[in-house]
Amino acid sequence: MLRRLHSEQPDSFAFTPANQAWAEAQITKYPEGRQASAVIPLLWRAQEQEGWVTKPAIEHIADMLGMAYIRVLEVCSFYFMFQMQPTGSVANIQICGTTSCMICGAEDLVAVCKEKIAEKPHTLSADGKFTWEEVECLGACTNAPMAQIGKDYYEDLTVESFTKLLDDLAAGKVVAPGPQNGRYAAEPKSGLTSLTEFDSGKTQYNASVQLAMDIKDGVKRIQGDEVPLLTPWVGKDGVVAGRAAADAPPKAPEAPKPAVKQAAEAKAEAKKEDAPAAEEQEPEVLKEARGGLPDDLKLLKGVGPKLEEKLNSLGFFHFDQIAEWTEAEVAWVDARLKFKGRIERDGWIEQAKRLQVGDETEFAKRAKDEGLYEEED
Amino acid sequence: MLKDQDRIFTNLYGMHERTLAGAKARGHWDGTAGLIEKGRDWIIQTMKDSGLRGRGGAGFPTGLKWSFMPKESDGRPAYLVINADESEPGTCKDREIMRHDPHTLIEGALIASFAMNAHTCYIYLRGEYIREREALQAAIDEAYDQGLLGRNAAGSGWDFDVFLHHGAGAYICGEETALIESLEGKKGMPRMKPPFPAGAGLYGCPTTVNNVESIAVVPTILRRGADWFASFGRQNNAGTKLFAISGHVNNPCVVEEAMSISFEELIEKHCGGIRGGWDNLLAVIPGGSSVPCVRGENMRDAIMDFDYLRGELGSGLGTAAVIVMDKQTDIIKAIWRLSKFYKHESCGQCTPCREGTGWMMRVMDRLVKGEAELEEIDMLWDVTKQVEGHTICALGDAAAWPIQGLIKNFREEIEDRIKAQKTGRMGAMAAE
Repeated sequence: MLRRLHSEQPDSFAFTPANQAWAEAQITKYPEGRQASAVIPLLWRAQEQEGWVTKPAIEHIADMLGMAYIRVLEVCSFYFMFQMQPTGSVANIQICGTTSCMICGAEDLVAVCKEKIAEKPHTLSADGKFTWEEVECLGACTNAPMAQIGKDYYEDLTVESFTKLLDDLAAGKVVAPGPQNGRYAAEPKSGLTSLTEFDSGKTQYNASVQLAMDIKDGVKRIQGDEVPLLTPWVGKDGVVAGRAAADAPPKAPEAPKPAVKQAAEAKAEAKKEDAPAAEEQEPEVLKEARGGLPDDLKLLKGVGPKLEEKLNSLGFFHFDQIAEWTEAEVAWVDARLKFKGRIERDGWIEQAKRLQVGDETEFAKRAKDEGLYEEED
Repeated sequence: MLKDQDRIFTNLYGMHERTLAGAKARGHWDGTAGLIEKGRDWIIQTMKDSGLRGRGGAGFPTGLKWSFMPKESDGRPAYLVINADESEPGTCKDREIMRHDPHTLIEGALIASFAMNAHTCYIYLRGEYIREREALQAAIDEAYDQGLLGRNAAGSGWDFDVFLHHGAGAYICGEETALIESLEGKKGMPRMKPPFPAGAGLYGCPTTVNNVESIAVVPTILRRGADWFASFGRQNNAGTKLFAISGHVNNPCVVEEAMSISFEELIEKHCGGIRGGWDNLLAVIPGGSSVPCVRGENMRDAIMDFDYLRGELGSGLGTAAVIVMDKQTDIIKAIWRLSKFYKHESCGQCTPCREGTGWMMRVMDRLVKGEAELEEIDMLWDVTKQVEGHTICALGDAAAWPIQGLIKNFREEIEDRIKAQKTGRMGAMAAE
């Protein structure tokens, strides 16, 4: 099963207007700053709309929720209900294969899938209508064996009823989901052994089947306008009562930005830095070291061979030069070294002042004693 | 046998009116405000007295769990999170509550949240239950519409919201801290404890995670009294319980029964007996995939409750998901399938589980075929012991126990198969 992005991706993704409204409504379920909680429901809606989760969908949802792309991708690849490759245009058939279903005949259903759809799971059938897979326990064990197709459970299957079911779906017929052997729900098949006085027989179908039959098509892609959008938790005054009554939850940590955004911002920032700051002033520089004998600038803590070269190229060869830098001159050097604040942080001027008069700094002593830069020398 | 009037889930099969009006007619939402008026301490004390033990598998006393929540808020809100991520193989009881008797759950959520000073409740439903989600959401919408939720919920003066959230097919999210992680929009990887959720759970706030059934029985217990609930079942195993019986019985079903019912009575009364008769019973997994299997002959007189199954049979009640296997079952393969399940569902955080579940499955692969050495049985046992207890959450344990149960109870079957494979006489013995 593909647990990474599929090799072929569509160019774009957008929720249908109704699904977009639905998605925005879901976010109101979670406290301020915790909208990341909605990631699974939103990914799921995207899959219901498209049939699988595409890369543009992941990015769209990440942007909606202020999450880094990788965080959404890792959620998507962690949860097995998210299909990361295209599925059958009609349906992806999911056979429950865990023990209860297995001992009741799930392997026979898998055999039907292999014969009628494709030898291997997650492979499109010849007509492109179906894919199939074996999934772990779907939680309808007393109705074993069973399969999930679209949003519905088709339960108490046999090889015959399952084969017919696939044929009907391929032909575009609507099949009532639920138990396929005449059972109503999870009661004993031979008749009620409890709750007999509540056997009203008022409704034709159990709750799950009724919902499917109301929409009349369990395998339809979701546009979002199938059921009215209700957000009863948002009161008439626009306030979520329970949240207003409770104390404010602790602030969420700042959401990390997607890497591409970070890169773009860093670029913009870098451009800003390129422009010279107003208070810069060019210090006095030398063409070459006095008498051809430069000081070993590497004895300054924070200056390595690379920086020394750089400083030399700018025209600095001696400790006394550095010791005399003014604030504006530091800014000028800083802008050219592209190490904002390093001169101050490492205290170059302080160090240079001491080294200039022959004093030793702790670092310089260590650098000499241990031959820190010997190879370069 | 439990009488119908003592059953809490009176619309378990959805044959009765499923609307709010129907729920009210069956006695739900009756005097809810009055129960809340009696106060936090009374509710928690009654729950303790009732002896209700958590219905999610571990069997921790529910009232005691609630009492761990801070009495006074330190500025953080408190949350109730209902674990409806029903994924333990064999378990399908909460599904029936949510689609057919959802108001038991919603009313329970209000009362339990009040008792824990929480204004907000999240229900974390497993992703595959799509119709159940729609049914439950419809019930929640209806409750809001009637003023039973939202501001001044049910006239109790308590502002209260229920939000339905769902996962996307990860078994591990049934573990409470993984569930919280998932609810926060992350991968469902369990957290180290402490801090326990009651101290720092959802969004870093005090949180209690309860199973659907544990919450759904609360209103009825409070209405009818702790003594009524405690009158069912043996000491320390009080109450009524939903049993989900699957596999080789004549009529698999979900049914509410008194705790401590005998296995034989449960099967005979509700499931029409074992397929092929009691002599054809090979093994039973009495509490969902995570508990060790028990040999059929030890099971007939077994008492279905926490203490008996753990103490006498070395298994457990778990979620009361009873998987019955008759003598036509390949028991080694049945347990191999569970190993495959745990390998698939390991979240990959802890090495012993991530690697161990794969090892165990691959050894089981060969045991199923008999292509192994006899010493490998002990080696497998050894591996299960090295996984068990060495992981953050209990999934490692849950993966180890079924195999330990198999080796303990069916060692000769494994040995026979290996020997038959070696001598080339497959058939006679293994076809049993």
